Amino acid sequence: MRIVVTVKFVPDLQSQRSFTDGTVTRTADDGTMNELDENAVEAALQLKESLPEGEAEVYAITVGGPDAVAAVRKALQLGVDHAVHVCDEAIAGSDVFGTARVLAAAVRQIEKDGPVGLVITGMAALDGLTSMLPTALAAQLDIAQLTLASTLAVADGVATIERHLPDAHETVTAKLPALVSVTDEANKPRYPNFKLIMAARSKPVTTLSLADIGVDRAQVGAMASRTTVIEASPQPPRENRLKVTDTGDGGTHLAQFLIERGLA
Amino acid sequence: MTDTIVAVLVEHRNHEIAQPTFEALTLARSIGRPVAVWMGQEPPADAVAALGEFGAQEVRVLAIGERARHPKTASAALAAAAGDAALVLVVSTFLTKEIATHLAIATDAGVVVDAAGADMVDGRVEVRQTVFGATWNVRTRINADRAIVAVLPNTTKATPADTAAVAEVVDVVAALPDVRESIDAVVPVAREEGVPLSEAAVVVAGGRGTNGDYTLVRELADVLSGAVGASRDATDEGWISHEHMVGQTGVTVTPALYVACGISGAVHHRGGMQASGTIVAVNIDPDAPIFEIADFGVVGDLNDVLPQAIDALRAHRQG
Ligand SMILES: Cc1cc2nc3c(=O)[nH]c(=O)nc-3n(C[C@H](O)[C@H](O)[C@H](O)COP(=O)(O)OP(=O)(O)OC[C@H]3O[C@@H](n4cnc5c(N)ncnc54)[C@H](O)[C@@H]3O)c2cc1C
Ligand SMILES: Nc1ncnc2c1ncn2[C@@H]1O[C@H](COP(=O)(O)O)[C@@H](O)[C@H]1O
Repeated sequence: MRIVVTVKFVPDLQSQRSFTDGTVTRTADDGTMNELDENAVEAALQLKESLPEGEAEVYAITVGGPDAVAAVRKALQLGVDHAVHVCDEAIAGSDVFGTARVLAAAVRQIEKDGPVGLVITGMAALDGLTSMLPTALAAQLDIAQLTLASTLAVADGVATIERHLPDAHETVTAKLPALVSVTDEANKPRYPNFKLIMAARSKPVTTLSLADIGVDRAQVGAMASRTTVIEASPQPPRENRLKVTDTGDGGTHLAQFLIERGLA
Repeated sequence: MTDTIVAVLVEHRNHEIAQPTFEALTLARSIGRPVAVWMGQEPPADAVAALGEFGAQEVRVLAIGERARHPKTASAALAAAAGDAALVLVVSTFLTKEIATHLAIATDAGVVVDAAGADMVDGRVEVRQTVFGATWNVRTRINADRAIVAVLPNTTKATPADTAAVAEVVDVVAALPDVRESIDAVVPVAREEGVPLSEAAVVVAGGRGTNGDYTLVRELADVLSGAVGASRDATDEGWISHEHMVGQTGVTVTPALYVACGISGAVHHRGGMQASGTIVAVNIDPDAPIFEIADFGVVGDLNDVLPQAIDALRAHRQG
């Protein structure tokens, strides 16, 4: 079985994130693999390791500009078998539907080597936090969607997940092939060790263009995007901030502050 | 006011309408003519009346029961009920984002989720959002003829319509798609007394600094009529249930007041609360990052500070 993991290249959460010309600024310096995709990679690797040797292979795919290769490189260091980077100028500015179209075509390309049983994604990219891509990708691939999994088990060609929604905990099952998005509750991602980092250096990354995967340029990119960021400005810092040190009356000060602001 | 039809998907639980639905109806009224879409069991009469009070002229009902839990099914139902709407508003939740995605694919609509507001400019829907843990303000135009916007709670103040409508109940029949997923078990999460966390105007949250004892946090929440939140470390420790977790992978909250007690203010946590109106922090460490975004910070032990604050606030309430 082939397991595909999608990994996104995003600005580091700890860095100063910003916008350039209506899209999220992404540079190699402070970019990284989306943190929640570590959980997706971990889920794929654990599944592979639970199966007999040679039964499963894990592919990591990223869609993005030249710098985005860092995301699949990271996945290789974590231990995935193959890395695919779909990179094409025409992709720039795609919305979630354009990105899903490209990812779906890349998954179909991998399927030419043999069937893909599972596509595993993170629950959200911590840059935009839309959480829409997993649903859009499942729809594009026309396969079952098991989203927000906090547990995942696969047996006899059926995937079972548990998901914790605010109002209910659900157990959901579907026959493979299926798309699963995992939360950060699903597992504890491993760290790359020295051996894996060295091994990853010699593993190739397959770079694909839109033409390679048969996607029409007109269907992706900024022109096809159904949304356009027309204004982006940094939020001004909070003004007149107060900080007191408790010397016996900190609680009283706190209460006074709330009362004066009309918040109590 | 235009004739643009704005459909609002009603959030309800056990037939009780969630407050953000009224916020969405208020927003819908500022853009066009609101119609409410109700999915699940038939709505009770008082719910229909309440929707009318907030300006819904129709309540379009899809009696599809539990099948509404499947995003693809819910999307097909919503498409059938909102075919004439240029804009569909939903309350932003994990489930509605999935419904919105399916609906967009089925109708070629453009979508923006986690919105703080929307308006119509030159015939196009424009949406306001704060992103990157509320450090940037962004305005996005939806280029498609049909728009779907998922709005965050507490971003529009719910006000009844000047002239309440008597909402007409319209039954909608939708052809529902086959689904590949089967929901084998649903265990409802017991709802706590009071306002749900995501909708609360005041949130008092406790982190690792509580050491597992939420008594003071709960008391402060109680005296401020607020909801109780938590950091991931606290829910991971099992001190409080997962539904209380605020942050990028938990609940996003935008209350008028957020009080962080014994929470360091990690970037993941901030991402879910930084857009709050006023932020107050109590932390023993003067260098805790939470102080960078706190309008009012007390450097001190929460076990000293909170009891005193609670007493003073109680006295104020009674006084
Ligand atoms: C992918 C990912 C997603 C995550 N998502 C979230 C999320 O959604 N929400 C979230 O909250 N976290 C999330 N986290 C975890 C986050 O990074 C932090 O680890 C977590 O928020 C820290 O919780 P804390 O502030 O309670 O604990 P700590 O960081 O340990 O802070 C405890 C604070 O309490 C103070 N303190 C101790 N004793 C007292 C006392 N007696 N009185 C007053 N103050 C005291 C300390 O000075 C300290 O600042 C995520 C992490 C990852 C990797
Ligand atoms: N450009 C991309 N390349 C690869 N994977 C992506 C991309 N965008 C989103 N994803 C995947 O979709 C998940 C959810 O992303 P989002 O819907 O953007 O919040 C991420 O955790 C990734 O696994």
